[in-house]
Amino acid sequence: MEITQIDNYLWELAKTGNMNVPGYIYTTDAMLEDIKKEETFKQVANVAALPGILKGSYAMPDIHWGYGFPIGGVAAFDWETGIISPGGVGYDINCGVRLAATSLTEKDIKHHLESIANALYNNIPSGVGSKGSIKLSDKEEKEVLRDGSKWAVKQGLGSNLDILHTEDHGCMEAADPDFVSDKALERGRKQLGTLGSGNHFLEIGRVDKIYSKDAANVFGLFEGQITIMLHSGSRGLGYQVCDDFLLIMSRESQKLGIKLPDRQLVCAMIHSELGMKYFKAMACAANYAWANRQILMHNAGEILMQALRISPRDLQMRLVYDVCHNIAKKEQHVVDGEKKWVCVHRKGATRAFPPGHISVPEKYRAIGQPILIPGDMGTESYVLVGTEKAMELTFGSTCHGAGRVMSRNQALKESKGRSIARELEDKGILVRWTGKSTLAEEMPEAYKDVSKVVDVVDGAGISKKVAKIKPMVVVKG
Amino acid sequence: MTYRLFDHTADFGMEIFGKDLKDLFCNAQYALFDQITELASIKNENKKEIKVIGADLPDLMINWLRELLYLWNGKELLVNKTEVIYIKDNEMLAVVYYVSYDPDQHLIKKEIKAVTYHQIEVLKISSGYRARVIFDL
Repeated sequence: MEITQIDNYLWELAKTGNMNVPGYIYTTDAMLEDIKKEETFKQVANVAALPGILKGSYAMPDIHWGYGFPIGGVAAFDWETGIISPGGVGYDINCGVRLAATSLTEKDIKHHLESIANALYNNIPSGVGSKGSIKLSDKEEKEVLRDGSKWAVKQGLGSNLDILHTEDHGCMEAADPDFVSDKALERGRKQLGTLGSGNHFLEIGRVDKIYSKDAANVFGLFEGQITIMLHSGSRGLGYQVCDDFLLIMSRESQKLGIKLPDRQLVCAMIHSELGMKYFKAMACAANYAWANRQILMHNAGEILMQALRISPRDLQMRLVYDVCHNIAKKEQHVVDGEKKWVCVHRKGATRAFPPGHISVPEKYRAIGQPILIPGDMGTESYVLVGTEKAMELTFGSTCHGAGRVMSRNQALKESKGRSIARELEDKGILVRWTGKSTLAEEMPEAYKDVSKVVDVVDGAGISKKVAKIKPMVVVKG
Repeated sequence: MTYRLFDHTADFGMEIFGKDLKDLFCNAQYALFDQITELASIKNENKKEIKVIGADLPDLMINWLRELLYLWNGKELLVNKTEVIYIKDNEMLAVVYYVSYDPDQHLIKKEIKAVTYHQIEVLKISSGYRARVIFDL
């Protein structure tokens, strides 16, 4: 494969063979070596061969080998002539991150970390097969799928401001529960309000550094401030929606008339009956995820107040923003000088809309959309802001996190004989976890250095650094 | 050897072996549930028939594993034994023995989100059959 360096942060994968467009990889010289060890370039090229793809097949700096589409991949397809692919979204539909700011500072909580950690761990359901406290009837579940965050706020679990500060206002309008299978509904009924396992987390952190005073002011962030961040998605319901449509699309893939290099790339024309059914079912799973994060964040606030014996007035929790990083969206972008409706697939990538964009909340519109990039549990997370350059170069997209460098198995081997919890405690981070091997599998060295990932997107100009947040208490599934 | 794990950065893969197709599909069930739970702690309490179809053998393997995974993820059933009644390239019928999950009795080792089509392989080898499957965690 022919790769040419374009500038300090961008490499081009030449359009060869059956590729319809070139590949573009945002990275650095040093990180490129790691990427080369995997089959990631081949995956970028495979995506470039799908019908209706526009401009390029993009890889963000946190890219790693996925199945079908790479993780950290962005691809936009012509809304009229392009495809939609469940594998281009991923199993955890609308997996995403939510950040809330408080009026507390480090001194308010530093003597209570232990009780905060225990209270969050004991009261936020996490881990494999955990069940939420909310029991949904069939009718209620379908309301969740249609309304997303609004459903949770209607139940008293949050405020209207939360909705305004959530990507798409926490609801994709295309959602139609008639296209969600009974299997998916069954899995979703008992899991609302649960964090999940693996890399999902809830974190109490402190704003460690401000890079852009103007943007931080608008987002309501200041140094030393206590924040709550969580990472979760659509749980079993989303996995089942993805799996159901992979099965149906694989049976009908010959209709597309193209030979897929990997069965996991199965797709349907967006405008076909099947393509639309998937889009509407995916929107339901996205809404479920938003309701889930809305409930989790509300509950975390309540638990924090109880643990610290303070009132809402003392805490002043307010949602900064909520982003999704596994999704396919209908968006308008400029392609070859013309405005066009496209279906942007972001699989392990985050929307990064610029100042002035209509989809950015009014309060933030002059500055741009907040972007939330979680790191591993031992280092730091970042708040960035979207840019015009992202609109020009990457269909308004940027990275989503650190990205794994070690398989879970390798991490288990490397961590033998070490106490990851103790190592984190030495750094001032208290951690609580459910799964037997979660901590070892999620140890900091298993991930790329998030700061290096963020430096690439900042350097390339597809988003800009606003603030850095250091973890203090981490709850993992 | 019935199966072994191989590394994949985000997820994990299994290489499953069998002396014939029936054996391969039985071992695939064993491998999946051996990763999810402590199989030794499970008794056969109930049984049910499962019929699976697929376009070819790799597709049949994926569909078999996704049905089994749904029994766990959707129905909270732990499967500890399989008898394959018949198997062809595009169809199989099996009886699975299972128990309902009881958090006080059964340890769950990991969450497996899904079975992927990525680089799926089912091949005839000199000692019988070998399948390679990548799971999403």
